[in-house]
Amino acid sequence: MSPSLFIKDSLSERRSFGTRALTLFVIAAGLLLGLVGRMVQLQVLEYDTYHTRSEENRIQVQPLAPPRGLIYDRNGVLLAENRPVSSLALVRERIEDLDALIAELATLVRIDDEDLEGFRERLKRRRRPYESVALKLNLDEEEIARLSVNRHRLPGVEINTQLIRHYPQGAMLAHAVGSVRRVTEEDLRRLDPIRYSATKFIGKIGIERFYEQSLHGEVGYQRVETDAHGRIRQELDKKPPVAGQNITLHLDIRLQIAAYAALGQRRGAIVALDTRSGGVLAMVSNPGYDPNLFVTGISSKQYRALASSRATPLFNRAINGQYAPGSTFKPIVGLAGISLGLTDWEEQIEDRGWFRLPNQDRIYRDWSWKKNNSGGQGMVDLNRAIYRSSNVYFYNLVTRMDIDELAEFAAQFGIGQHTGVDIPDTSTGLMPDRLWKQGAKGEVWYPGDTVNLAIGQGDLLVTPLQLANVASVIANRGIRRRPRMLLSSDRPLVEFDPLQPLPPVAGPSPDDWELMVDAMEDVVHRGNKGYGQNGVAWAYIGQNIAYRMAGKSGTTQVVEIKQGEEYDEEALDEYSRKHAWFIAFAPADDPVIALAVLVENGGGGSSVAGPIAREVIDHFLLPQLAAR
Amino acid sequence: MSNQDFLRQLPRSAGLQTTTSARLVRIHLDPLLLLTLMAIIGFGLVVLYSASGGRPGREIPAIFTSQTVRMGLALIAMLVAAQLHPRFYQRWAPIIYLGGVGLLVLVLLVGVNVKGSYRWLDVPGLPRFQPSELMKLAVPMMLAWYFADRALPPRFKDLCVALAIIAFPTGLIVLQPDLGTGILIAAAGLSLIVLAGIYWRWIGYSVVVMAAAAPALWFVLQDYQRQRIVTLFDPESDPLGAGWNIIQSKTAIGSGGLYGKGLFEGTQSHLEFLPEAQTDFIIAVIGEELGFVGILTLLSLYLIVIARGLYIAARAQHTFQRLLAGTLTLTFFVYVFVNIAMVSGLLPVVGVPLPLVSYGGTSAITLMASFGIIMAVHTHQAW
Repeated sequence: MSPSLFIKDSLSERRSFGTRALTLFVIAAGLLLGLVGRMVQLQVLEYDTYHTRSEENRIQVQPLAPPRGLIYDRNGVLLAENRPVSSLALVRERIEDLDALIAELATLVRIDDEDLEGFRERLKRRRRPYESVALKLNLDEEEIARLSVNRHRLPGVEINTQLIRHYPQGAMLAHAVGSVRRVTEEDLRRLDPIRYSATKFIGKIGIERFYEQSLHGEVGYQRVETDAHGRIRQELDKKPPVAGQNITLHLDIRLQIAAYAALGQRRGAIVALDTRSGGVLAMVSNPGYDPNLFVTGISSKQYRALASSRATPLFNRAINGQYAPGSTFKPIVGLAGISLGLTDWEEQIEDRGWFRLPNQDRIYRDWSWKKNNSGGQGMVDLNRAIYRSSNVYFYNLVTRMDIDELAEFAAQFGIGQHTGVDIPDTSTGLMPDRLWKQGAKGEVWYPGDTVNLAIGQGDLLVTPLQLANVASVIANRGIRRRPRMLLSSDRPLVEFDPLQPLPPVAGPSPDDWELMVDAMEDVVHRGNKGYGQNGVAWAYIGQNIAYRMAGKSGTTQVVEIKQGEEYDEEALDEYSRKHAWFIAFAPADDPVIALAVLVENGGGGSSVAGPIAREVIDHFLLPQLAAR
Repeated sequence: MSNQDFLRQLPRSAGLQTTTSARLVRIHLDPLLLLTLMAIIGFGLVVLYSASGGRPGREIPAIFTSQTVRMGLALIAMLVAAQLHPRFYQRWAPIIYLGGVGLLVLVLLVGVNVKGSYRWLDVPGLPRFQPSELMKLAVPMMLAWYFADRALPPRFKDLCVALAIIAFPTGLIVLQPDLGTGILIAAAGLSLIVLAGIYWRWIGYSVVVMAAAAPALWFVLQDYQRQRIVTLFDPESDPLGAGWNIIQSKTAIGSGGLYGKGLFEGTQSHLEFLPEAQTDFIIAVIGEELGFVGILTLLSLYLIVIARGLYIAARAQHTFQRLLAGTLTLTFFVYVFVNIAMVSGLLPVVGVPLPLVSYGGTSAITLMASFGIIMAVHTHQAW
């Protein structure tokens, strides 16, 4: 070895090394002991924490959505069912590069901008951690197959098959049955988080909303062992969900089809009631919309088209459309006059086609009025005032009537009242009186206000459902039954809370009811009597009729016609033309069906709405009569 | 000497027949070291079998087969290394060192990029290898060579030269970047300097200087490295990202409890919550399936290896042999400590495998070769 300037002292070096080695061994052993201490901490002292954490990793409790209860019509025809639909969903927490994954998925299934827009929207909403977010709905078989094959290399991608609400009747029943919508963030704040933990859809409108609690069912659970990628390795245990209640409605699908067809392309509404039970046999609001669009996801373009259409397809005219009843209100005014002792069935007045309050210039016209102040119905009693629909008779009658008494009487027919039907958010219409006018307009009641009410104009508003109910009350000679959608269910429903039965309408005697029904029969059946002597609707619906029908037409102005001018349909924009009403029930002496028909801007009540009413009742009664 | 007496009292190869023992010594193997290393390897293979999805009655996992082969190669490397006389290592130390540094430079120039770092050299006709592995042996050899003829404790000039010998390859490796190996090599070099008898005073000074410089180091680190340090102190700050590994490994270890969930029963590893379960994080599988008892057993085996290695070093006649054997043993310890401390959340995550247990890498072969050298020191004629 090369010589060194320093003397190497081998022995002392060896000794020094020995000391160092021992020292470092002690340090190493000490550090290893430190690791042992760490293990004691993790595995002994904090064992419970980590054991729990490991179990939480491994075991997932998954809520299972209950199948929603089905909705049937009275014949057992399905109105709302559940269909399995597969969708492509992503678990955001398990995806590293979302854009890359979506690009990858786009090579397997068609993903358009609408899908992406919807996905990003849903992604922003509040949700449970590791809850999947739908990217594309309604996968077809081929797409499902392609995704399944590639699933192993697409972590965080799920194919979810769930039961989705389907409305086989589409637009025809959209307003009658209502529909479900996707649960929103707002809903989540309000709903029972446990009960709705697996629920993706909730009843938002109509029957679906009113009976939500019963239709929903009870959530189930399964405990599963999953790996870090969220794949289920085994099912540990399961509590199956309980399906929602099936319910049957009074609706008669055949009558609904007939009513829908009778209305055709016209905007309007039809409500038909079973007079013996109050059951709603048909409820049409036209135009409708396809409720399935809202379930599987409507595009914003489609939604904008529906929401901004002037024809308002999303608006349920049958329960929320509020219109002046026009002459269909006259039977109530007449019965009020009789009940209050202000007139009788014999009293006659002369109808010259116009009416003027004492000391006032304003002319109140009959429908038969002409510019040269000709027209009028001649000598008119209450019966003739109904079948000829004399305005002047009722102008004359109400001048003797106190408005608050009239309002109180009309309220017994449900005017301005909740019908108590099992549909949420129905409108109440409006029965004006002194208090209302003071509150709403800050004005006192003028006699002219009452004159307008005599013919169902002015501030008076009703919904088609309310007018159908009026027809039903008259058909039942004052016996009142609340309109009802629900016919039966397997078990009692929590929502079903039978209200106190309503007392019969007070005032008219049985004879008064019969005479009023006779007058309404004359509207339809009194014919071949010569000019100005027939019922106003006879020419349109009173011929070749196999049963006795009682009815009353109404034609209401949408825009005011100036003093001294005639209504000229041709000169008016479509949406400014008169609304046509017709209420009816049959058979007149033993009624089973009562209805109200509204055609928006349709023109004459008798000529336009009347034939629709006859067609609907024909559909309902003729098969029954033939069977007898 | 009292400390020498202590070292002599360490366990001897009690289980083996003297004749077998003598036969092993004749082929330059140390029976106690060999037995303990085999026990660790066996223990590791059993755990790896489970961690790679093996079950009785199922197909043998490919990973397990490949590791078994690798361990066979490692044993051969040990056997070969043990046959060479320590003189040989001393003579060739500078050449090996310079050759290794040359290869490190080459790696940076023409290395193969795997997962963003240049660690591998792909020479046609040879299996792909990491020159940094070679440096784990070359750096201690070079330092031991340097100190062999010099008076000890080292003077300041010698210390500076030694630090340069360490810093040069370490720097090249950190550039790859491979922080884990860099740390191991630096640790090996520094422990050799300590063994060489450097004044404790100087050690004290350098610790103070390093503590002062530590904040500056923060700005040198890469973003992902800073993230690892932040994660160490607060894994919950990003539980699904950077903190995931450490949360899941602590959960795996802690949920094993005293006796473990049983071999093959670890849910954290088998349900893939635990990342790198077969490689750097395999101690978490041991903790989960075999519990505290399993980890304690493994640590005891490691401690026997370390004690025996240092004992052999202390008994060696020549400075070169002492320093080399002692340093290789301490490097082994650093492996063990850094890996387990990292997986149990005491140190930031660096890529250091659990020696002789983790799957993969060339580290098992280098490690076993280093034990071959230690055995050579013990069994060859003094000079």
